[in-house]
Order: sequence, then structure tokens, then C-alpha cells
Amino acid sequence: MKFFNHIPSGPLEQKWDRHCFELPLVNPANKRKHHIIVVGTGLAGASASASLAELGYQVKTFCIQDSPRRAHSIAAQGGINAAKNYPGDGDSIRRLFYDTIKGGDFRSREANVYRLAQISNQIIDQCVAQGVPFAREYGGLLANRSFGGAQVSRTFYARGQTGQQLLLGAYGALMRQVDKGGVRLFPRHEMMDLAVVEGQVAGVVTRNLLTGEIKSHFAQAVILATGGYGNIFYLSTNAMHSNASAAWRCYKKGAFFANPCFTQIHPTCIPRSGDHQSKLTLLSESLRNDGRIWVPKKSGDKRVPENIPEGERDYYLERIYPSFGNLTPRDLASRQAKFQVDAGKGVGPTGEAVYLDFKEALERRGKNFLSEKYGNLFQIYEKITGENPYEKPMRIYPAVHYTMGGLWVDYNLESTVKGLFVLGEANFSDHGANRLGASALMQGLADGYFIIPRTIARHLVERSSLEEKKVKKALEESVKEVQKRLDKVLQIKGGKTAGAIHRELGYLLWEYVGMLRNEKGLIQVITAIQGLKDQFWKELFIPGEQHYKNAELEKALRVADFLELAELMAQDSLERKESCGSHFREEYQSQEQEALRDDEHFCHVSVWEHTEGKKALLHKEPLEFKEVSLSVRSYK
Amino acid sequence: MLLKLKIWRQKRGQKKGSFENYEMDHLSPDMSFLEMLDQLNEDLVGQKKVPVAFDHDCREGICGSCSLVINGNPHGPHAGSAVCQLHLRSFKDKEEIWIEPFRAKAFPVLQDLIVDRSAFDRIIQSGAYVSVNTGQAPEAHSILVEKAKAEEAFSHAACIGCGACVAVCKNASASLFVAAKVSHLALLPQGKVEKKARVLKMVKQMEKEGFGACTNTGACSRACPKEISLHSIARMNREYFKSIF
Ligand code: FES
Repeated sequence: MKFFNHIPSGPLEQKWDRHCFELPLVNPANKRKHHIIVVGTGLAGASASASLAELGYQVKTFCIQDSPRRAHSIAAQGGINAAKNYPGDGDSIRRLFYDTIKGGDFRSREANVYRLAQISNQIIDQCVAQGVPFAREYGGLLANRSFGGAQVSRTFYARGQTGQQLLLGAYGALMRQVDKGGVRLFPRHEMMDLAVVEGQVAGVVTRNLLTGEIKSHFAQAVILATGGYGNIFYLSTNAMHSNASAAWRCYKKGAFFANPCFTQIHPTCIPRSGDHQSKLTLLSESLRNDGRIWVPKKSGDKRVPENIPEGERDYYLERIYPSFGNLTPRDLASRQAKFQVDAGKGVGPTGEAVYLDFKEALERRGKNFLSEKYGNLFQIYEKITGENPYEKPMRIYPAVHYTMGGLWVDYNLESTVKGLFVLGEANFSDHGANRLGASALMQGLADGYFIIPRTIARHLVERSSLEEKKVKKALEESVKEVQKRLDKVLQIKGGKTAGAIHRELGYLLWEYVGMLRNEKGLIQVITAIQGLKDQFWKELFIPGEQHYKNAELEKALRVADFLELAELMAQDSLERKESCGSHFREEYQSQEQEALRDDEHFCHVSVWEHTEGKKALLHKEPLEFKEVSLSVRSYK
Repeated sequence: MLLKLKIWRQKRGQKKGSFENYEMDHLSPDMSFLEMLDQLNEDLVGQKKVPVAFDHDCREGICGSCSLVINGNPHGPHAGSAVCQLHLRSFKDKEEIWIEPFRAKAFPVLQDLIVDRSAFDRIIQSGAYVSVNTGQAPEAHSILVEKAKAEEAFSHAACIGCGACVAVCKNASASLFVAAKVSHLALLPQGKVEKKARVLKMVKQMEKEGFGACTNTGACSRACPKEISLHSIARMNREYFKSIF
């Protein structure tokens, strides 16, 4: 199948404006006649639902949580980037664009990233107008801080709860539209399938998670804002119910999946404490503004940190990357931590951790300064570990956090299924092979508030009207298929829980498709995943039945999809014979253990097409760089 | 360590439930409380029994999903944290632990430990926002906010909407929840224009949902995982009276 990215022509700076002008408009009186479904109520989904309803469209919004306010965006801590240049330290739209392209190791589209940087400023205006309580300076102006991969201060924040405050702003806007009747809300509903007629969306099928009821919903356009697939690793910083199923169902109905192997491992998480661990907790990388990362110089040094003298400590990030120091991008900081641990220099009871030390900042700036900036992060750490970071250096270790890969979309955020749009972390579009800190919130809100309300118009105006009979049939068949899948998992009468199989899958991915990857391991792991999939369909056990809240059933269906996606991730890693950003193939590294990109052969998006019963088909979308020159990403 | 659990079980669609006994052994004190429930459920599934249903998601005290009453305390024994942030090191070996859902007329129990808190969404829907459409916002720096005001507004805006304030209140009042939002927006210039209508609509919806009246016992603020202060209720009352007169 052919597909086009629909990037507008003309100079980079003018593309978005021109495109907005060239997009058709929907007559206000006609907007009411258009039914749009939004799945997910995180930053992207909530902001899209609210903005589309404000324009007059009829919106139905679904989420798996009991309230839209609980979507996982709520947990984002650090901040949101924008090119306002309020501190006057040399920032600009172009610089934010450049930093994001470079941070993504030259594996994202110039046009998309430039648009993101352009829109970033409007987002801050919108959120401030909603009453988001951003941090302020004494004069009443907005405060900024710096984040990894940038040498300017462009991150807006609300203590360590920026995601929460932004989401509550979008949730308020959403509830305002619910009140006005523009949005109908369906909490505790999970999308189970996408109905497609002649390559165009016809609606979705959902399951009510309380009653088990399966229902179909018609729509002229479907917006997927269901987040990333980080939970495929079992242990991640994602919320427990974050999953890939909605996206995966769309993939199986014809939406292509892009760059599944690009998964971000975040450097500053609290290390796991034992086998009982159900998830990991992230600590915002803003901590790296004032904390210094180190390990003992000698491997196997088991002394408590206080007893290791200054001269025997290795502040390895400051040593290797003197100009960015502790603020190197996430992928580099994570990988370096793994190198230290693999060299036997890891600290703490499991040896799988490095220190993040605030002693110097405490002496220089005092306790008040630290507690105002990081108070709640220090508290989170103390609650989980029982240790006080004002007295003892924190122990941190990388953990799976974000997925840059996702459903492929064009410049309009439309997938290869006509009328299916994908927003936020669920799409692949802006972060290339590595996302910079404080850019996820920016992208989710750019997509939802400012891009989709414009770009959806073309589809609504130009779509072919589908025969009612066919739509009805497609929806009915989708319902049947979903029921069949439910029956199928419920009748496996083995003895293993979905959780146990998921844990094994997570272990395999972390070992072989995690921070370091190589050909041999990837080939092995594909076979192992297939074995695990067979085991799932033979040995699973789900207690209870379909018609009430059944968390085991929900989990099993999600794990079934993870097992399929895992294979595609490994396949994609295998095909990408280079190292770039988060994707580090051991065969492709320099003498200093830095990633070796291969622009000649891999300067493309890997786009996967599902084929029934056969191996997924790989397409390539070439990436063109006209404004920035492809260079070795250096933070030294 | 060993713990003796008494857990509220209630089937979907039934009005009544009862406590059931479970014993868990060989637990690590570093385990979180919800991880212990995971373990219990895993064991129950192993015995082909129906696991305990409970709400949870982020497990880091920010989404507001988790909603358990532990030995009579919403979110357990510690101030300023949600039950998903509780670890077994807070309990003694062989201790008996009673686990119940949040209880209030406006929060009906749906199944086991899961309750219906959609009343909170309807309160927000009634007017807990600034009416500004996408794209209508002025340049961010055209609105200056005093640093201290911004901080204070933040401390109210930090509410996670869990409902512990309702569960702990002998009147099942939602005053702290409503007051937190009223205060957050009343403190900021952006929220000033609609502040009269907002407080009236929210209070009216709260009453309609069947939440009780506030008698100033202050248990809500002590149970609040975000330690939202009682001052917010005083402010809500002030705003309310200013609006009707
Ligand atoms: S699970 Fe999110 S606050 Fe407890």
C-alpha cells in the first residue's frame, strides 16, 4: 500500500500557516452533523475533545479510568517546553526545533518538529488563561528551568506536578463541554476494536469495564489518544493500566506502526527493591539541574557513600560530557549508568543503581532552595525507600518511561486508515529516536489543542460517504469479533495468570530489547516471545466471567496484544542496523561507546504493515534534512 | 512478615457485602500495600477463586484512583500520602488489617472495594473552570501573578480528587474537594471573573449529589493525601456568602 506524509511545500517557517490556509473549513452549521470519537483523556485526548466540541462538533469521549482526570498524563512531573525566551538566554523557535531534532538523533521529520516548536508558545498562553498555577518569579512573571539536552531555560513548571496541573486544565475544559452537551463522556470504557469500511473508519467497539457490555459506536472520524506501550516491559514508570491494545487493534485493521523499537529508558528512577515490584517510580530529571551523578571509581567498592572520599568518586557524566554534564539527554545518561553498573560500580543493595547527590547544592543554595524546587520529589523518594535525600545521596537507575514509536501518522496526524487520527504518545511523529525532557506534554497539547482541530477538517469535508448498510455491517462484525476474542481467552483453562506471563515477557524485553541490543540476542528473543505467546494461549487462566469488573480479563487481553507487539519491536530493532538515540546496537558503536548512526542506510522511519498470517511488511519513509545538517550528535 | 487481612467483599449489583479473612505470609516489608493485594489476587487466581476488585493506576499518589480505608483510616495510617504509597514496613508482623471501600451515600459501592465517584466529575462539570476556548488566550505574560498567590493557588490545585475527605467525614461532606477548586481559581486573576457564579453552581451540585454539610471537624484535611488546608473551606464560605448577598 502506498502512503504519503502530506508535508506541505514551501519554506519550513511557513509550512504550517500555509497549510492552515489551504485546509478546507467546515461550515459552522455543518459541524454539528459530524460525529467524532476520542479515545483517551490524557493531555492529547482531553484537549482534543474540548477543542473540537468548542468548534461545534459532536464528540464522544472514552477512557478506561473512572474519571477522565486520572489519565496517565497526570503523573508527568517536570515541565513543559516552550520557545518563549522569557529569560532572554538566547532561545527561539528555531533553537527549540534544532534541539528537538538533534535530541531525537535526526530520526524525526523537520516539518513536524518545526510546527511543534511554533505552537509551543500558544500552549503556554492557553494553559495560563485556564488558571494553571505555573511557578512564578517575585515580579509575577513566569519562571523557567532547564532540562536535559538544552542549554537554555525554557521549561515551564508547576512544582513537580506539571502534568497534573496541565491535565486538570484540559479536564476542566473538557468538563465544560460535557456540561454544554458538546461531549458525551464514557468513563470505565475500553476500546476493543476499530470498524473500517473501504479503508475508512466507521466507528469503534467498546467494552464497559464494570458491566462487561460490548457496544459499537458510529463516527465519521476517530481520534486515538491512548498513550504509549511502555508497560510492555512489565516494569515501567507507566500507570498500571496504560496499554497498547487500542493502538494494536488499529494496527491490525490497517493502521501502520512506526519505529516500534524506539523506547525511552529514563535515567532517574527509583531502583526496584525486589521481585514483588509492580511498577517503577520516576523522579523528574529536573533533579539533574542540582544533583550530581556519581559512582565509586573502583568496581566492587561497597563502602557507604559518606565513606567514599571525593577523589575516589567518578562523576562520570561531567567527565564524559563536560559541556552538558549531568544534563545530557536521557538516552546517553541511561546508557552510561548501565555501563557503570555492568562494570561492577553499581551501588546499593542490588548493585543496580548510581548515586544522585545533592550535597553540593545543599551547601551552596541551602535546604529551602532545594525543598521549594524539589520538595515533593524528595518526599516521593523518602516514602518509597525510607531514606532522606537531604542526608544521603539518592540511588537511581534507568527505567522504561516513554515510547517514541507508535502508529504512523502524516502531517495531519492521520494514520493509514482514513479518518483515524492519532495524537500524543500514541503516534510516532515528533521525537525521533529519543525524546527530550518536558517535550511530551508540549506535544500532547500541541496535537490536541492546536493541530487536530484544524487538520481534521480535510477528512470531514473530503471523506466519501459510506453506505449505511455497510457501516452497520462492519460495526456488527466488529462486535462479533470482539466477543469471539473474549470467549477465546476465557475458555483457556490452564493454570497461569496473565500477570506471570507478562512478567516473563518484560524480562525478555528488558534483557534483549532494552538499553543494549545485538543481533544474536534479538534473533533469540523473537523465538522466545513466540514460545511465550503459545504458552499464553494454552496455559492461561482467568477466573470469573465477562459481565462484571474483571481485572484479570482486562489484563489478559492487554498481555495478548503486548505479546504480538513485542515481536514487532524485536523485529524492528533487528532491521535497524545502526545505533541512534535510544536504540543502541552493540555492533554499531564507536571506541568511546557512543552510538554510530548510519545515515546512508537508515535515515528513514520504519513503517510496518500488518499482513494476515504472515510476517509484518516493512516500508520506509525517507527523512529529508534541509534545514539542519546531519551531524554526529555531540554533547561533549 | 505475616498479615491477617479482613477484606470487604461485595458482588456487583448487590446491596450488601461482608468481610472475608485472608492470611498472607512471607511478605517483604519493602512491598507496597497494593503489591500485597496483587500478591493476594495472584494467589486467589491460583486457587481458581475470584480476586478482590480495587481501583488503582499510577501507584505514586497522583491519579487519585486508589480508595481504600485501612483500619478505619482512608489511605491508611500516614498523613499526606495515598494508600498506593503505603508500604508494609508501616505494619507489625502478625497484625490484623481491616480493608474497606470509601463509604458515603454519594459514593455507592460498585464491587468489592470499588466505589462510584462520578459525583465529583459532575461537580467539576457544573463550573470548576475558567471559560476560555482554545485559541482565545492572551499572551501569557499579560497576566502577572504574585509569587505567593501562585504558590497558594497551587497548594489548592494539588487536589487529586480521590474522595478521602468525603470518606473520613462523619457527614460525608465534599466541602474540602469543592473548596480546594474554588480557592485555586478564586486566588488567581484568571478565575476572578466567574468566581461568584462558580461557587454557587458548585455548592448547589454538591448538595444535589447527596454530600452532607460541613461541621468543621477538620478530619478531611488530616486525611487528605495532598494535605489541602482547612483555610480553603473558610475561603469557600466567604466566597459563597459574598456571592449571595
Ligand atoms: S493509584 Fe494513583 S493515587 Fe493511588
